Amino acid sequence: MTESVNLREELEAVGIDDILAQLDRDLIGLQPVKTRIREISSLLLIERIRKRMGLGSEAPTLHMSFTGNPGTGKTTVALRIAGILHKLGFVRRGQVVSVTRDELVGQYIGHTAPKTKEVLKRAMGGVLFIDEAYYLHRPDNERDYGQEAIEILLQVMESQREDLVVILAGYGERMDRFFASNPGFRSRIAHHIDFPDYSDGELLEIAELMLRDMAYRFSAEARAAFVRYIGLRKTQPLFSNARSIRNALDRIRLRQANRLVADLDRVITADRIQSIEAPDVLASRVFAVAEPIAARA
Amino acid sequence: MRVTQGCFSFLPDLTDEQISRQVQYCLGKGWAVNIEFTDDPHPRNNFWEMWGLPMFDLHDAAGVMMELAACRKTYGDRYIRMSAFDSGHGWESLRLSFIVNRPKDEPGFRLERHEVDGRNIRYTTTSYAVDRPEGRRYGS
Repeated sequence: MTESVNLREELEAVGIDDILAQLDRDLIGLQPVKTRIREISSLLLIERIRKRMGLGSEAPTLHMSFTGNPGTGKTTVALRIAGILHKLGFVRRGQVVSVTRDELVGQYIGHTAPKTKEVLKRAMGGVLFIDEAYYLHRPDNERDYGQEAIEILLQVMESQREDLVVILAGYGERMDRFFASNPGFRSRIAHHIDFPDYSDGELLEIAELMLRDMAYRFSAEARAAFVRYIGLRKTQPLFSNARSIRNALDRIRLRQANRLVADLDRVITADRIQSIEAPDVLASRVFAVAEPIAARA
Repeated sequence: MRVTQGCFSFLPDLTDEQISRQVQYCLGKGWAVNIEFTDDPHPRNNFWEMWGLPMFDLHDAAGVMMELAACRKTYGDRYIRMSAFDSGHGWESLRLSFIVNRPKDEPGFRLERHEVDGRNIRYTTTSYAVDRPEGRRYGS
């Protein structure tokens, strides 16, 4: 039993600071999420020290729910959380098993329990990430097998808290309805984290980060065009934050490749092959749809 | 008479903690750990029944221990063993197996001598337990 602990040394020994710094670097925006993760990791750090001092308290409940619109980084954060929990020694292995309804719920009587249990077994010692968790519950069908999966999940979440952390994710409103009809879930989850939408500036930063990872970059005009693109795309239906940006970038890369191939006689330099020009962005359908409306207005 | 087969069977029975560590070793090697049970202790009985499906892709022993607890609840009066299957090329077979549960009372084996072909003798071992029908061999 130790009497005094140097907090700074402890922090450095665990290496949690590196992860948090990386989180700040790699994830743009998401301030409430980062704050919450920082709080959780502080608690876990203190809990670790308390254990060493013999001030044992029960293992804290770490099950979480992530709510937010599509493409706000719920899965990405879940992967990071697993790393943090593993470094702090609250999960033993740190793997993330990501599942949806299909992998938990069976198709006939007696199929669900073994299926759910198999997933749980694979996730033991790590994090079980259930995406779009509200599909587990189908209120319109009383005999839906989802309920069986929910019961097994709840039981394991309660009895094997030290073996497994469950993260439920989904879109805000539907998750609220899901929790309302399954009160057991709500009370077993300690951390409800809401993922806000990104602002235009953050989306641009995300785009540039993604491009940097793929070894591309915007020219000055292309960036200006992309700022306009973001503004227009946001007003159109089915906008899903960072995911839409990723898809847009993929299409822009297609057009850039097409442009380069069209001009076979020119010598390609490393500079040219990395650079994305304004026409690549402006050819997007988004502008075609938006402009006539703007012209009419 | 205590049945000794597989690893560790000459040691005192493993505790759950020890079982869990052994399972973790197997998982660390990338082997799939399975649970099997039987109430026919004959050493030539190769065909133990499987509890559930083979457990591939596990990372932590807690999952196996959960199944072991469930198996003990149903078949606590029988022999239960863990077997670790290596799917690696060139192996594709069991690498390790050990008993994790045994009946409270193990009645042992009878040695039968058959006198054949004049003065020759053939020997057969039979477990006293199998005199009773399957499922009723160990008390319950």
